[in-house]
Amino acid sequence: MVNKATKPTDTLIGHDAWNIQLDKNGQLKHFLTTEGLGSNILTQILDTAESFAGVNEKSVKKVPLLRGKTIVNLFFEASTRTRTTFELAAKRLSADVLNINISTSSTSKGETLLDTLQNIQAMHCDMFVVRHSDSGAAHYIANNVAPNISVINAGDGSHAHPTQAMLDMFTIRRNKGPNFGNLRVAIVGDILHSRVARSQIHALNTLNTGDVRVIAPKTLLPVDIEDMGVNVFHDLEAGIKDADVVIMLRLQKERMQGALLPSEQEYFQLYGLTEERLRVAKSDAIVMHPGPINRGVEIASDVADGPRSVILDQVSNGIAVRMAVMTMTLGRDASASEDHGNSK
Amino acid sequence: MSNIIIQNGQLIDPANKIDQIADILVSDGKITAIEKANSIKVDGNTQIIDATGLTIAPGLIDCCARLREPGLEHKATINSETIAATKAGITTLCCPPDTDPVIDEPAVVEFINRKTAISGHSKIVTLGALTAGLRGEHLSEMFALKQAGCVGLSNCRQPIENTQILKRALAYAATYDIRVFIEPDDHWLSADGCAHDGKIATRLGLKSIPVSAETTAIARALQLVAETGAKVHFGRLSSAQSVEMIARAKNEQLPITVDVSAHQLHLTEQDISSFNSACHVIPPLRTQRDQEALQAGVVNGTIDVICSDHQPHDIDAKQAPFASTEAGISALETFLPLCLRLTQQTSLSLSDVLSKITQAPASILNLDTGTLSIGKTADICIFDAEEDWQLTSDTIHSHSKNTPFLGWNLQGKVKHTLVDGKLIYSQ
Repeated sequence: MVNKATKPTDTLIGHDAWNIQLDKNGQLKHFLTTEGLGSNILTQILDTAESFAGVNEKSVKKVPLLRGKTIVNLFFEASTRTRTTFELAAKRLSADVLNINISTSSTSKGETLLDTLQNIQAMHCDMFVVRHSDSGAAHYIANNVAPNISVINAGDGSHAHPTQAMLDMFTIRRNKGPNFGNLRVAIVGDILHSRVARSQIHALNTLNTGDVRVIAPKTLLPVDIEDMGVNVFHDLEAGIKDADVVIMLRLQKERMQGALLPSEQEYFQLYGLTEERLRVAKSDAIVMHPGPINRGVEIASDVADGPRSVILDQVSNGIAVRMAVMTMTLGRDASASEDHGNSK
Repeated sequence: MSNIIIQNGQLIDPANKIDQIADILVSDGKITAIEKANSIKVDGNTQIIDATGLTIAPGLIDCCARLREPGLEHKATINSETIAATKAGITTLCCPPDTDPVIDEPAVVEFINRKTAISGHSKIVTLGALTAGLRGEHLSEMFALKQAGCVGLSNCRQPIENTQILKRALAYAATYDIRVFIEPDDHWLSADGCAHDGKIATRLGLKSIPVSAETTAIARALQLVAETGAKVHFGRLSSAQSVEMIARAKNEQLPITVDVSAHQLHLTEQDISSFNSACHVIPPLRTQRDQEALQAGVVNGTIDVICSDHQPHDIDAKQAPFASTEAGISALETFLPLCLRLTQQTSLSLSDVLSKITQAPASILNLDTGTLSIGKTADICIFDAEEDWQLTSDTIHSHSKNTPFLGWNLQGKVKHTLVDGKLIYSQ
């Protein structure tokens, strides 16, 4: 009589949060996190995005791949850049786009998140692009939408921001080539609260990056971050030494209030990226930032606007990457993504 | 009043170290005879319960169960939860004071007692508020609450920031020999966290609660126990470090007791890794090492009591992204099976496990039950220790179904429950 009280071996429907991203053929159905996806899927996203990058540079920037599809941008948290690039991506694929901004107060007026979802779902749409301040919100929504709807996570709490991470991978690959194994990538700043950093770390490790580093004071690092496969540094210059890629994270002003940091001045003194400090990185190192940047807090203007900065390229690349993810998730049956990926 | 005889069951009474096949006679609400099987003469007025192949134990005592009434009747009521309790073999539930209104005056105790009597199922004892309104500022009328029947006092998880107030509350309670129940939590450290401060919370980006939120609160309270001599019961331990601190304090003969919730002995932080809100509990599920230390604490006696920490919720309370869901598990139905599971996972005997949910809580709550001695109140739980069953929403009798154990195969099924000598439940 061993261990009679047992957990069920078949997990309840939808409870394997990492596999719900793939359909039964192993193709991307939802894009919620970069965690748990194989390098084949991530590479497919990058390859598909590469084919769309061409579209974005043409004078007529539109392809008919998602004509007749309806994409709903469901933003429970304010965003300009991310929402705009999702909207552009959808429009360039000829989809119909609906933007819905739901302030957190309206859900507290009595309508639950589930009610909101069901109401919008009743309008017969094909995709939700979701941003929410709660970690796990995109998973929750993916677990509760009708089976024909795809969900793309546009940022949930401190958990994940997978399209941002993939546009960063795309930017790195365009600058450094497809072999990530020789790269040293340093991520600097508020790792604790950063969904971008978490998604970048998973993606970089899945793509077999040689050395992934995080650099921050202990108050801005979550416990056991090493478990995610990073090397931890507290000193900026030691951390970015010989780096190929330096990713600066935005520092939110609120962090001073929770006693996480003494002041912006001291933060800039210790972790602000300046031209002088950047000299310890490789001479061809690129500097990235998910935006919006705080000049003089985490990054000096001359670096942000300097020759090694690829910050604006990241924004443009965001459109191609989001087009790729949209076609891969919505175009599965028509196998449009496959054809398109090969036509570059 | 008619008599009831329970025949030929395996009688286990940890308080009297009895573990043998026997008959028990119940008359006028009391246990009146315990004899060898088939040796008690039965007259025509006696109701016979055949307990062949079953275990006869004292009615279970759950030292922490939220019933949601008064205040949150959409989640559960005293009637719904005491009915569920009898079906789970629990004959006494101890209700913490964080109801609405708070149990900080005798009228609320009377309200709960009246509702319990009307329902006529399991019994409820109450803890009174340690501070008025649980606000942590003024002492409650502790003596009046004791007179009204409160078996102890607690501030639940509401903070008492001013250490002087906590010290005086303990000293005042000690004056009148009232036990204080502390759910150790430094609310500045736990803040609005919802998961253990470890690799899972880091991966999921969830706000976390460090072990130090519990241990600093225990350390502060222990120093004040040493100075005031107050009897303190620490509830819902969650970490290995806490078990160590308690073991040391018990070595120093401090007048303390502790409990752990049944789910903490069987789940870990891994169980939230797919944002499973059914596993959102406070204190949070911690590491496997913590789970093992808690089990070891139960085995070696550092942990005196296992409770259900029953927290029924309406469906909406768990329908949201993880951090926005309400914490807690509906835990009455799984209480006995999860405790019995320890007989398979640890060196504890069935009698050892039963002692943690009968005799030990009875002693801490000053109850006249928790044992099957002659002359004692006949609160009795009769169960099949071997029967397998699967937990489904249909087998949950609580008003609320929020449990991560849905779909689990459990062992141990309650067949009959007697409260005050009355057969309240038979399967």
